[in-house]
Amino acid sequence: MDFPGLFNYWVVMVLMMIGLYIVISDRNLVKKIVGLNIFQVSVFVFYITMGKVDGGTAPIIGEGIEVYSNPLPHVLILTAIVVGIATTALALALLVRIQDEFGSVDEDAIQKLESRQ
Amino acid sequence: MISAQLPILQVLLPLLAAPLCAILRGRALPHALSVGTVLLSLLVTVGLLIRVESTGTISYAIGGWPPPIGIEYRVDQLSVIVLLIIQGVAAAVLVGGGASIVREIEATRAPLFYALFLLNLTGLTGMVLTGDLFNLFVFLEISSLSTYVLVALGTDRRALLAAYQYLVIGTVGATFYVIGVGLLYMMTGTLNMADLADRVAGVEESTTIRTAFAFMIIGIGVKLGMMPVHFWLPNAYARAPSVVSAFLAATSTKVAVYIMLRVVFEIFGVPMFLATHLSEIIIGLGILAMVVASVTAIFQDDVKRLLAYSSLAQIGYILFAFGLATEPGVTASVLHLFNHGLMKGALFLALAAVALRAGRTRRTDLDGLGQAMPLTMLGFTLAGLSLIGVPGTVGFISKWYLLEAAFDRDGFIIAAIILGSSLLAILYVWPLVERAYFRKRDPALPPVEEAPLPMLIGIWLLVGANLLFGVWPDLATGLAERSALLLLGGAR
Amino acid sequence: MHDHIILRVITKLLMPFIFLFALYVQFHGDYGPGGGFQAGVIFATGLILYALIFGLRSAKKVTPPRVLRVQLALGVLLYAGVGVVGIMSGAEYLNYDVLAEDAHSGQHLGILLVELGVGLTVSAAMTLIFFLFAGQEQ
Repeated sequence: MDFPGLFNYWVVMVLMMIGLYIVISDRNLVKKIVGLNIFQVSVFVFYITMGKVDGGTAPIIGEGIEVYSNPLPHVLILTAIVVGIATTALALALLVRIQDEFGSVDEDAIQKLESRQ
Repeated sequence: MISAQLPILQVLLPLLAAPLCAILRGRALPHALSVGTVLLSLLVTVGLLIRVESTGTISYAIGGWPPPIGIEYRVDQLSVIVLLIIQGVAAAVLVGGGASIVREIEATRAPLFYALFLLNLTGLTGMVLTGDLFNLFVFLEISSLSTYVLVALGTDRRALLAAYQYLVIGTVGATFYVIGVGLLYMMTGTLNMADLADRVAGVEESTTIRTAFAFMIIGIGVKLGMMPVHFWLPNAYARAPSVVSAFLAATSTKVAVYIMLRVVFEIFGVPMFLATHLSEIIIGLGILAMVVASVTAIFQDDVKRLLAYSSLAQIGYILFAFGLATEPGVTASVLHLFNHGLMKGALFLALAAVALRAGRTRRTDLDGLGQAMPLTMLGFTLAGLSLIGVPGTVGFISKWYLLEAAFDRDGFIIAAIILGSSLLAILYVWPLVERAYFRKRDPALPPVEEAPLPMLIGIWLLVGANLLFGVWPDLATGLAERSALLLLGGAR
Repeated sequence: MHDHIILRVITKLLMPFIFLFALYVQFHGDYGPGGGFQAGVIFATGLILYALIFGLRSAKKVTPPRVLRVQLALGVLLYAGVGVVGIMSGAEYLNYDVLAEDAHSGQHLGILLVELGVGLTVSAAMTLIFFLFAGQEQ
């Protein structure tokens, strides 16, 4: 397999797995959000790589430029980034409320608190 | 000229009303605005229904950019039947839920609550209408983000945990979906569903397309409450404010099923669905949900949670019929999607009335309510009978079509499982009815009275729909049959 | 931060440039890289910098949260409103061609207004999010 040629896709897969692993395994609710962010960023990198055309420049019309990168995936991912920001902000806001109500952001501690009642 | 603009108006009305609600103060104004908006939206849906029935599929190019370059809104029979259930339940829930919202949502948060509710409606409607995969993702996130907040507004502090759990798993699901869309775009260079259907045909065998398929199915499966990734659903439904539970239970998973239908049958096509053995997997998961979720429901103490597990079981029916990938199967799937929305909307709204008057929704809280809240509990009982599948209700029509679909594929064992699962439904619905009518309310508890009139209207609108479409099923079955034809007719 | 004279002076010096750059990105967005979202974020960073150095209370005097909430809604309404103008003129939703006499200037005007709506909403949302998180202790 052509390793350097697919370098970006390897990075995407590694980031994706790291992110997903943190989301599943970590017991700290804040770190889960960090994992979620890494997971989302891997998808951003994936889309941006997809839109890049070899030798292409930024898609702005200029003299003597023939090859442009595909702007559509980049625009799409701008939308996805906005969604990511909204999700992160909401998740953190929820965590602030959870900390207020339960006095902890650790899954185990909260579960212990819940089962005692 | 207004009839040409109907598809966009359907999305635009709640989208415009949402920020207005956020600016307004107090309870009365946002409530009036929201109710007005959902009623108008319902009218728009009826308009769309009439247009689709007379002229067939409607295509609307946003911004005047013709598809596949621009974003296209497509309305066909399948979209209309899902729109009907969304808008109908939204109207019934908002008209009926006023008192419940007053009780469960603080006054300062009320305008934002209505804004979020309308945004959620916008998202769900947009997902149904759009013909563009990425636009669909945007609407998916609009509805998801507003849902997370709505769930977090629940009175119990555990609502926060439920919302958090839903947020994490929901975001992972949505991101899986985006990965799938990205892979599809890599192979085909288009995002328009109709265009994709043509272009996927050429590259069907490639691993990239298969991977895209897998990612999208799992992503949508999370949103839909498919059995192994369903665990967010009972918590979210049980802890959200009662009105929100009623709306979510009746609509959000249905829209996810709708997307699954579109993605699987329109874009990838039946041959691929069968070749990847996804058909068997989904039938298996559906049957698993029917049995496991029904049994779990029997042992729940909180009635809201019980109904949430019952929802999972009902999704099992829908998935099973969908997995058959035959015409009777898809018809039954679409039909049950519609009918289940009606049943669960009515049940959860009646439960919102119980929560309003009795304070809580544990089993014991239902004791003696048959005398104290006769109209509410009669509605609850009728909707419960519909859930079981008693003749004269929509539940019976659903079961009939489901059995027909099973026999069509010689699935006698499956048919037996469906009937067995209906018996389980009796086991979890009947004790509730028995408590309401044959037990006395604990005299130590404060007495309860009948739910307020608007709430009764909301409940009985939905119960009435249960009975009406049970006696006169032509509209729903007709739409479902033509949807199945459209979906499978496009298959290669 | 009242005793950090260097920070205070530098912040005062920087802020006009941040806002100017935000406006540049905003209004240059229809011909070059940029647009409402980026501009809104840059604008919000200016306000956030101000809040960091001069304190949340004075920042809230400059942009009261209530005003931001209205601005947030207005941005969305402006975006959607531009689309509605298209409908009123008998074309599709968000069809900019009908906004001016010819299609070219119509497209120009349309994208400018829509991006302005995005910019308003994003800057208000970002600042509000910061205010809410920063205001936790109070």
